[in-house]
Amino acid sequence: MNDDSKRGWPLWEVFVRARRGLAHQHVGSLHAPDGAMAVRNARDVYTRRGEGVSIWVVPSAAIVANNPDEKDSFFDPAADKVYRHPTFYDVPEGAKHL
Amino acid sequence: MYGNYDTGTAGGSDGPQDQDAQQRFDQLIAADQRIEPRDWMPDAYRKTLIRQIAQHAHSEIIGMQPEGNWITRAPSLRRKAILIAKVQDEAGHGLYLYCAAETLGIDREELLDLLHAGKQKYSSIFNYPTLNWADVGAIGWLVDGAAIMNQVPLCRCSYGPYARAMVRICKEESFHQRQGFEILHTLARGTPDQKAMAQDAVNRYWWPSLMMFGPPDEESSHSAQSSAWGIKRFSNDELRQRFVDMTVAQAEVLGLTVPDEDLRWNAERGHYDFGAVDWDEFARVIRGDGPCNAERLHRRRQAHDDGAWVREAAQAYADKHADKHASQQQVRAS
Repeated sequence: MNDDSKRGWPLWEVFVRARRGLAHQHVGSLHAPDGAMAVRNARDVYTRRGEGVSIWVVPSAAIVANNPDEKDSFFDPAADKVYRHPTFYDVPEGAKHL
Repeated sequence: MYGNYDTGTAGGSDGPQDQDAQQRFDQLIAADQRIEPRDWMPDAYRKTLIRQIAQHAHSEIIGMQPEGNWITRAPSLRRKAILIAKVQDEAGHGLYLYCAAETLGIDREELLDLLHAGKQKYSSIFNYPTLNWADVGAIGWLVDGAAIMNQVPLCRCSYGPYARAMVRICKEESFHQRQGFEILHTLARGTPDQKAMAQDAVNRYWWPSLMMFGPPDEESSHSAQSSAWGIKRFSNDELRQRFVDMTVAQAEVLGLTVPDEDLRWNAERGHYDFGAVDWDEFARVIRGDGPCNAERLHRRRQAHDDGAWVREAAQAYADKHADKHASQQQVRAS
């Protein structure tokens, strides 16, 4: 976080819950000196038209992601397992509620 | 969400190992898929996007000035509240766009420095003055109308964060255009003086609005490459024509005219023919000789400097808080 003083404020990722019953969704990012200010700024930047009932902010630096260069091999294990999908199976005629 | 983003490895270079990456990039573009921040991308693509998104972001925040000038003089509390909300939206649009630019590995601070030093541009339209209240209407109707025409295709731009920012912006812009139209509609149905005021504003903002689509296709230097990359979806002239066709019909509803003696409906083409845009004026304003270039930049730098103490205070509070938080945690740990 040291070079943040040169760069200005740290970056925060903003997640908004549109309404009760839905998960928080990533809507964008913003700069703020601390978490409390990030939440207030997120309200002004991302919910000016009642887009949310709850806001999360997460320091961008805290997010760990997979390497996009390894994307193919990383997700490969899921590619050849068609039997995980219900459409893989033939359902005999007459079998109901299956 | 662009975790552990590293400009050192994500940046494009031209080494032989990048040929696979280039091929993958080309395939994504050809399949009309989106490019995301941590994908490999050619340096020129990155630079073009930074230039375009930064210019767009700068336009949003400089665009707060001509209308902001009228907040204290709005003719009613209703108009004033609406104008404040609109100018606040422009600030928000600037923030969405600066964040999109930052995913390309450049800092907002750096972009603001470039703007303040006059090294990056903003839309030439904001170098025209707002002389009276009707100008606020003309800006909403014509300037925001032209902006929407330019921006809707950008919602499908090949760069994901830019496209997503544009989706948000376009949703909000339509309020801007309607409020401008309403202002002019009210004035056009008012006293003869009020109607003349509305007509005068349209007369002054019409041609600069047509310039917002950029130079004619044969002179547009970045167009071909931007189209190939899926950044640009329609040519400058195509969008300008669409804008004229749409706006002339709306002017009729307003009972106002557009200041172009050559304007004719061309039944064969199914479009309006319109007069020549003064591209010398466009070049002059872009070069810095517009009516308000110096004033706009001066005001922007001043606002930035005047706000320094707020940024410093917020930082000092955050630092103090962080120290307290850290010492509390130490106490708990021991």
